[in-house]
Amino acid sequence: MTTSLFLVQLINGLQYGLLLFLIASGLTLVFGVMGILNLAHGSMYMVGAYLVWYFFEHTGSFGLSALISAVIALLVGVFMERTLIRQLYRRNHLDQVLLTIGMIFVFNALQSILWGNDPLGVAVPPSLSGAIPMTDVLEYPIYRIFVALLCVLIAGVMYFMINKTRLGMLIRAGESNREMVECLGIDIRKLYTIVFAIGVMLAAVAGVAAAPMSSIVPGMGEHILITCFVVVVIGGMGSIKGAFVAALLVGLVDTFASVMVPQLSSMMIYILMAFILLIKPQGLFSS
Amino acid sequence: MIKPNTLRTAVLAGLTSLALGQTAVANTQAPIKVGIMLPFSGVYGALGDATRNGMKMALQEKASELHGRKIEYIEIDTEARPERAPEISSSLLNNSKADFIVGPVHSGVAMGMMKVLRGKDTVMIVPNAGAGPVTGPLCAPNVFRTSFSSWQPSYPMGKVALDKGYKKVVTMSWNYGMGKESLDAFEESFTAGGGEILKKILVPFPKTEFQAYLSEIASIEPDAVFVFFAGGGAVKFIKDYDALGLSGKIPLLGSGFLTEGTLEAQGKAAEGVMTTLHYADSLDNEINNRFRASYKEQFGKASDIYAVQGYDTGLMIASAINRLGGDIEDQQALIKALEETRVNSPRGEFTFSAAHNPVQNIYLRTVENGENKVIEVAAPALADPARGCKL
Repeated sequence: MTTSLFLVQLINGLQYGLLLFLIASGLTLVFGVMGILNLAHGSMYMVGAYLVWYFFEHTGSFGLSALISAVIALLVGVFMERTLIRQLYRRNHLDQVLLTIGMIFVFNALQSILWGNDPLGVAVPPSLSGAIPMTDVLEYPIYRIFVALLCVLIAGVMYFMINKTRLGMLIRAGESNREMVECLGIDIRKLYTIVFAIGVMLAAVAGVAAAPMSSIVPGMGEHILITCFVVVVIGGMGSIKGAFVAALLVGLVDTFASVMVPQLSSMMIYILMAFILLIKPQGLFSS
Repeated sequence: MIKPNTLRTAVLAGLTSLALGQTAVANTQAPIKVGIMLPFSGVYGALGDATRNGMKMALQEKASELHGRKIEYIEIDTEARPERAPEISSSLLNNSKADFIVGPVHSGVAMGMMKVLRGKDTVMIVPNAGAGPVTGPLCAPNVFRTSFSSWQPSYPMGKVALDKGYKKVVTMSWNYGMGKESLDAFEESFTAGGGEILKKILVPFPKTEFQAYLSEIASIEPDAVFVFFAGGGAVKFIKDYDALGLSGKIPLLGSGFLTEGTLEAQGKAAEGVMTTLHYADSLDNEINNRFRASYKEQFGKASDIYAVQGYDTGLMIASAINRLGGDIEDQQALIKALEETRVNSPRGEFTFSAAHNPVQNIYLRTVENGENKVIEVAAPALADPARGCKL
């Protein structure tokens, strides 16, 4: 492998990893704070992609469509928490799995009814449609670099929010001792609603960002969900920092494995996961 | 005096003869049962819908030629899950006593169906799945295909590539049956004519992260790239190929499924992509034009190749029923009638090979203004070699 090809693959891996982080962060946030294992998280990624396609068809503006989609996802998140997820707090993980798997079917059926089963696509917004030449043949699309930077920005905002703001303090407090937070007069139910809605929105935003560089198809959520779980498990369930490191690891391993050990490439991230769990059974940064 | 036992026997006998009598009558007047095994949900849902619509449309159009026989449909969603195929097949065969079983879309499901239905008292007609063995080593008298073998659409592209002056090519597809068979077929004609395959890339199915592979292709700088992808994967592949700057620099060739039902989603990125297939929406013949208009009117959306394949399946069934005067009880006669069918398809007329696969034209197409434009017939009346078939 030449140096330039190595660099290109490095960028490929980082970019894929950052997108994985954006999807996985919501999953791990909700699990860490609320103890809820949301299997329907991948569905929200799918919903984000379909929403931005739908509004783009009607408004013609990607930015506006992205904003509307994010707001709708936030509202869907509030609705889901208030009506369904709320029933689960005092129940075991199996009940959570049953309900959230059921939600996957509901979202898939809705997608099929509302938007059909044909593969769909969204064009890259014109202001971000250029490319940077890398080698004689290869270019790197500006949009993909933009998405990578957006993911870094969101990671930064999340870090700041959790560590430096009052909301973040409550989130951290709720994580370690729910009863004590309630005793101090904090409405933990409101906090949970906010956290769950943010988690849903993060998945949807990832779907929105991925839409112009992928195909919008039924089942796209389930496929990404499995990879996200690998990220969350490697990083340590509930750890945002862990999810960030793990997402980059998974992105890089998957990219380099694809070209260096193609026969094993579909297994490599699972081998990585098994290896890390052998050394650190709770994941890299378990809380 | 009649003992209760005898009485019961007598009643039973009476009932049985009554039932038998009814069946005897039913054989010529009861509806012909067509079992449908297609995916109506999930990734292949749209393909299943189109196939079913096309088939029903054909049988509706030919209703007057069925000698009074009605058609009864038994539809089962396969969800494109191979592990469900044997169970559904045997239910349609044994419980529903289906005369025809039409399906599936997915090659894995086809293999599961073959396991149960080969040599049984029903006729299996495959309206899409291209798995080679169906009309190759596993071929059977009661199994037909109205679509294509995976070999057919890809084989002619090897010669096309050589004619264009491409000598060194990288091939790429998902690592599954249809993909590998397509690449092999291309390689067969391409290397026979002196071409060289620089690298063959097999991506784990259904992975759609193509960037790493495309970066590698860019560093190899082949004369052209030949791929097999379909559906959502095809959309993602074409978008990645264009976004990474490869389109316009390294010509992209493919089996026609690369640009079927996906052009709207692929947008400008698909312009100039060359593919070979047994059909194109833009084929300008009377039957195709009529078919497309009528499909659009009935179902409110544009027809596609899957609708055509379903339509041809319907035409084939109708034609056999017609020629047998509505009596399809004799399986030998039915199979013979099906074998001799000339299907007046929107893709152009086709017949069946000894292995029961279509002998059909393969067209060379290129994407122009969001449409597959036919350039020429890449291979006229091409028959699958049906290696390993003893029919």
